[in-house]
Amino acid sequence: MGQPFTISLDSLLDPVDFDAMRETAAAGGCSSSSCGSSARPEDMDADVWERIKDHPCYSEEAHHYFARMHVAVAPACNIQCNYCNRKYDCANESRPGVVSEKLTPDQARRKVIAVANEVPQLSVLGIAGPGDACYDWKKSQATFSAIAKDIPDIKLCISTNGLSLPDRIDELAAMNVDHVTITINMVDPEIGAKIYPWIYFRNRRWTGVEASQILHERQMLGLEMLTARGVLTKINSVMIPGINDEHLIEVNRWVKQRGAFLHNVMPLISDPAHGTHFGLTGQRGPSAMELKALQDRLEGGAKLMRHCRQCRADAVGLLGEDRGQEFTLDQLPEAVDYDPAKRTAYREIVAGERGDHVAARKAAAAAIQENAAEGQSMLVAVATKGGGRVNEHFGHAKEFQIYEASSKGVVFVGHRKVEAYCMGGFGEDATLDAVIAALEGVRHVLCAKIGDCPKDMLEAAGIEASDAYAYEYAETAIGALYAQTFARAPGRAVA
Amino acid sequence: MAFKIIASQCTACGACEFECPTAAIRFKNDTYMIDPKTCTECEGHFDTQQCNSVCPVPKTCVKA
Repeated sequence: MGQPFTISLDSLLDPVDFDAMRETAAAGGCSSSSCGSSARPEDMDADVWERIKDHPCYSEEAHHYFARMHVAVAPACNIQCNYCNRKYDCANESRPGVVSEKLTPDQARRKVIAVANEVPQLSVLGIAGPGDACYDWKKSQATFSAIAKDIPDIKLCISTNGLSLPDRIDELAAMNVDHVTITINMVDPEIGAKIYPWIYFRNRRWTGVEASQILHERQMLGLEMLTARGVLTKINSVMIPGINDEHLIEVNRWVKQRGAFLHNVMPLISDPAHGTHFGLTGQRGPSAMELKALQDRLEGGAKLMRHCRQCRADAVGLLGEDRGQEFTLDQLPEAVDYDPAKRTAYREIVAGERGDHVAARKAAAAAIQENAAEGQSMLVAVATKGGGRVNEHFGHAKEFQIYEASSKGVVFVGHRKVEAYCMGGFGEDATLDAVIAALEGVRHVLCAKIGDCPKDMLEAAGIEASDAYAYEYAETAIGALYAQTFARAPGRAVA
Repeated sequence: MAFKIIASQCTACGACEFECPTAAIRFKNDTYMIDPKTCTECEGHFDTQQCNSVCPVPKTCVKA
């Protein structure tokens, strides 16, 4: 095992010394020829992998290295969902549909260039709202064409409810929008009627089962048309206990049949403070373990995405962090010029780092195989700043990435959001209780550092926290932890 | 005859402006406004008022 990789992705957020960066990119690690391609899953075409390998949402591996930004240029929407309330101005809330300021296409262009200059991890520009990007198409289109001119290698991504999608297929293809997400919560209009109070279609409002029937047909049509064009589609589904939780298995089957590339099942976010219908009527979201149970049942169907952070329609940054506040309109310069240097240099570094990470993953899987027994699996929470390493202090973590170690290897299965425990050197007991509750089902936590007090309190709650693997790749650390936990009894012969 | 938008409730999504068949709606002072001289309540165009049909906030786009 080499030394910990000392240039964390964090350092790239500071003013950049390009010479130092180039030196590191050229030094040590693996040679670039072993990168990227060796991370490709065996069951995936090489050219599909090329298209998704740097997209943080479409590739779980990519989300440790690459960032996306959403620009809030599409406020108009043609349906109403019971989980949505598109008010703006809540900077502390992170859920789809929320933005702090809407942008015109030109403002969006300036913001994207400013971000691309400052955030070298940026690989994707998405229009996710705050309304519907396909319905409010003129603004989406204007935004994409302006930016594709300035930053030709950025991936364009769009998210929609699908109602007006069939009308936009030609234009989407013409703009090289390679990634389209459709939010599909039902394939049975009777269930849909509980989620969608109304839609606006062909110049009138529709309600009830009829509305959901139309929505369903248009979504299926849109998906089929995209598949026929070779566009990579991700299907987002909101899991609403008691309404569509069992039904999503049916949805998974339908979308897989129609060529969806990825299925992202996310938990309903519901709180009366949000003013959504579900929030106000007390419809609850699923617990972390309920969500995981459903996701586990869907394995083997359409490929699953498990690392969605349900970000805002104006989110900026690596998944799990939001740097949007650094790039508000009032902070953007009037004239912006795109400088590709940082992003290019970053990709060189990542190419090296990635190969190492992939090798580490394989080694961890092999290590576990030696010690694995049928049915022995464990969930491990990892505190990380990025790069797939155990590199965050327990007290500073705002989320824990959850991995499952079993005879299949070490697999990322989700994340749990928490309030950071440590505030200026002191912890609050109440926050630690909340962390313990958020870690339901998880008995091991890995972090770069943890104070004795929280460590003891976690132990009392049945959770073992360790900083013994600080700065290792998550998979390497977990492989070692698994071996330690399920260690064979001494004296047993090893095959 | 005309419809009006209750400015304090308007989320300024712009859907109404787009759907209005007589271009009677525009963005002014951080909100959308319907010009009562141009609004025909969609008579001769549609059976239901478009702005009111697409507005996401209940009781916000209403008969003046």
